Amino acid sequence: MKRILPGFPLTLGLSLSWLSLMVIIPIAALAFKALGGDGSAIWSVVTSDRVAASYRLSFGVSLIASLINGLFGLITAWTLVRYRFPGRKFIEGLVDLPFALPTAVAGISLTALYAPNGWLGALLGKVGIQAVFNPIGVGIALVFIGFPFVVRTLEPVLIDLAAEVEEAAATLGANRWQTFTRVIFPALLPALLTGMTLAFGRAVGEYGSIIFISGNLPFKTEITPLLIVSRLEQYDYHGAAAIGLTMLLFSFAILTFSCLLQAWSKWRIGASR
Amino acid sequence: MKPVSLTAPPLPRSRPPLRATEEGPLVRWTLIAVTLLFFALFLALPLVAVFAEAFRKGWALYLETFRDPASLHAIRLSLLVAAIVVPINTVFGVVIAWAVSRFNFRGKSLLIVLVDLPLWVSPVIAGLMYVLLFGAESPLGPWLRSHGIKIIFATPGMVLATLFVTFPLVARTLIPLMQAQGVAEEEAALTLGARGWQIFFRITLPKIRWGLLYGVILCNARALGEFGAVSVVSGHIRGLTNTIPLQIEILYNEYAFSAAFALASLLSLLALATLGIKSVIDRRTARQLAAGEGLSTNPDTQTLNT
Repeated sequence: MKRILPGFPLTLGLSLSWLSLMVIIPIAALAFKALGGDGSAIWSVVTSDRVAASYRLSFGVSLIASLINGLFGLITAWTLVRYRFPGRKFIEGLVDLPFALPTAVAGISLTALYAPNGWLGALLGKVGIQAVFNPIGVGIALVFIGFPFVVRTLEPVLIDLAAEVEEAAATLGANRWQTFTRVIFPALLPALLTGMTLAFGRAVGEYGSIIFISGNLPFKTEITPLLIVSRLEQYDYHGAAAIGLTMLLFSFAILTFSCLLQAWSKWRIGASR
Repeated sequence: MKPVSLTAPPLPRSRPPLRATEEGPLVRWTLIAVTLLFFALFLALPLVAVFAEAFRKGWALYLETFRDPASLHAIRLSLLVAAIVVPINTVFGVVIAWAVSRFNFRGKSLLIVLVDLPLWVSPVIAGLMYVLLFGAESPLGPWLRSHGIKIIFATPGMVLATLFVTFPLVARTLIPLMQAQGVAEEEAALTLGARGWQIFFRITLPKIRWGLLYGVILCNARALGEFGAVSVVSGHIRGLTNTIPLQIEILYNEYAFSAAFALASLLSLLALATLGIKSVIDRRTARQLAAGEGLSTNPDTQTLNT
C-alpha cells in the first residue's frame, strides 16, 4: 500500500524514539542488572523458598481469580448484552471501575469491607470464614482487579454473534441448553479465554490492592511484587532485578499467549461468517 | 429480519410465547440476579464503603483531612505529576495512533504490542526499572549526584514512573477509533491541497476529539492514582515525595482511617467522574458511527470494539 497521507517518517520516528526511551531502555536496564551479577547467586535468589512460595501464591490465586472472573464475567456480559433490566446501564457504566479506581483505594476499601468487623467480613465470620490476611483476601482483590477484562472482551463478540445460527440450532431441535453448550459457547470460548488471560496477566503483577488485604505474612501471603519491594528496601538491587526479570518474562509469555488467543478468536469469527 | 416463533401453537394465555432463541423467565432472572449480586459485592460495595468510612466520624473530621499540610502537599504533588505526565502522553499517544492507524509498515503489530506492554508489567517492576536506571547504584548515579540532579526519591522519578504506567492509555483509546473512522476524509483534504498540519487540526482532531478526551481523562485518573510504581521510586519522604495514594497508605498504616478514606473518597469521585464521562462519550461515538459520520466504507476497519 502506498503511503498517501503525510507524516509517516515523523510519527513513526517519534513513536519509536519515545517507545525506546520509556519502555525498551528501562527493560534493558532491568535485564542488564539482573544478568550482570553472579549467575548462580541470581538463580538462588529466584528459586529461594520464600520467592518460590510467592510465585505459588501469585500464580495460584491469580488462576483461581481468573476462573471466577471467567464464570461471573460470562454471566455479566450475557445479561448486559441480551437482557433489559433495571440498573443495566448503571452496571454497564461501572464495569470499568477497577480500571479507573486507584489500586490503593481498592485495597483499603476491600480490606475495610472484608475485615472481621466490616460489613461483609462480619457476615462471613458468622459462618467461620476469615477473608482477610490470608489467600482468600488476595483472591478477593484479584477478582476485583480482573473483572472488567472478561466482560469487555466478551461483550463485542456476544453482540456480533449471528442470531441465525441460534435459530438454525433451534429448528434442528436443540433445546436452549444444547444451543448454548454446542453453538454459543464454542463461539465465545476464544474471547472468554482471552479475557481470562488478560485478567490473569494483570493479576500476577498487581500490587496496590493486595498489600492491604493480604497481611503480607512471609511464606503465606507475600506476593512476588512485594518481595521485589522488600529487596529494594534492603538495597539488594541484584536480587530485586532478578525477581523482576523473572516476573517480566512471565508477563511476556502471558502477553504472547493472549495475542495468539486473539488471533485465534479473529480467525474463528472470520471463519463463521 | 424477524425471528420466527418456533414454540407450540399459542394456547390461550396472557403472556406472549417464548421465542426459540430466548431463555425462560426463570433462567433469565436467575442470571440477572447473579449479575446484580456479583456487581453489588465486588464493585458497588467497595465504592460505598469508601464514602461510608470517610464520613463515619462526621463531616468535621472529613474536612479536617483537607486542612492537614501533609495531605495538602500530597494533593499538590499529585496534581503536579499529572500536569506533566498527561500532556506528554497525550502528544505521544496521538503521534503513535497516527503512525499505527494511518500507515502500514513492517513490524506494526509488534509496535502495537510494545505500546501495550506497560499495562502488563507489574507497577513495582516499572518503578524498579527507573531505580536501576537512575538510582545511586546505577552507572548514571555518580554523574547525576555530582551534577546535583536528583531523580530517584524525588519528583522527576515519580514523573518517569507515572509516564511509563500511563504510556499506553491515550494511544490505545485512539487506535481502534481512528482505524474505524478510516482515512477517506483526510485523503479528500489532501487532494484539495491541505497540508499535513491542516489535515490534522481541521479534519482528524475534530473527528477524534471525544475519544481523545476520554483517553486524556483516563490517563489523568491513572496518573493521579498510581500507587505501586510511584511508591518504589518515591522513597516515602513525608511532606516531600508523597502523592495522594502514598499519603493514603501512610494514614491507613497509622490507623488514621477516616483521613485515609477521606483522601480515598477524593480519588473515588475522580474515578466515578471518569466513568461517567466515558459512558457519555461511548454513547456519542456509537451514535456517530451508526449515523455513518466519519465511518469508513472499508469493512476491514470495523474494529472499534476489539
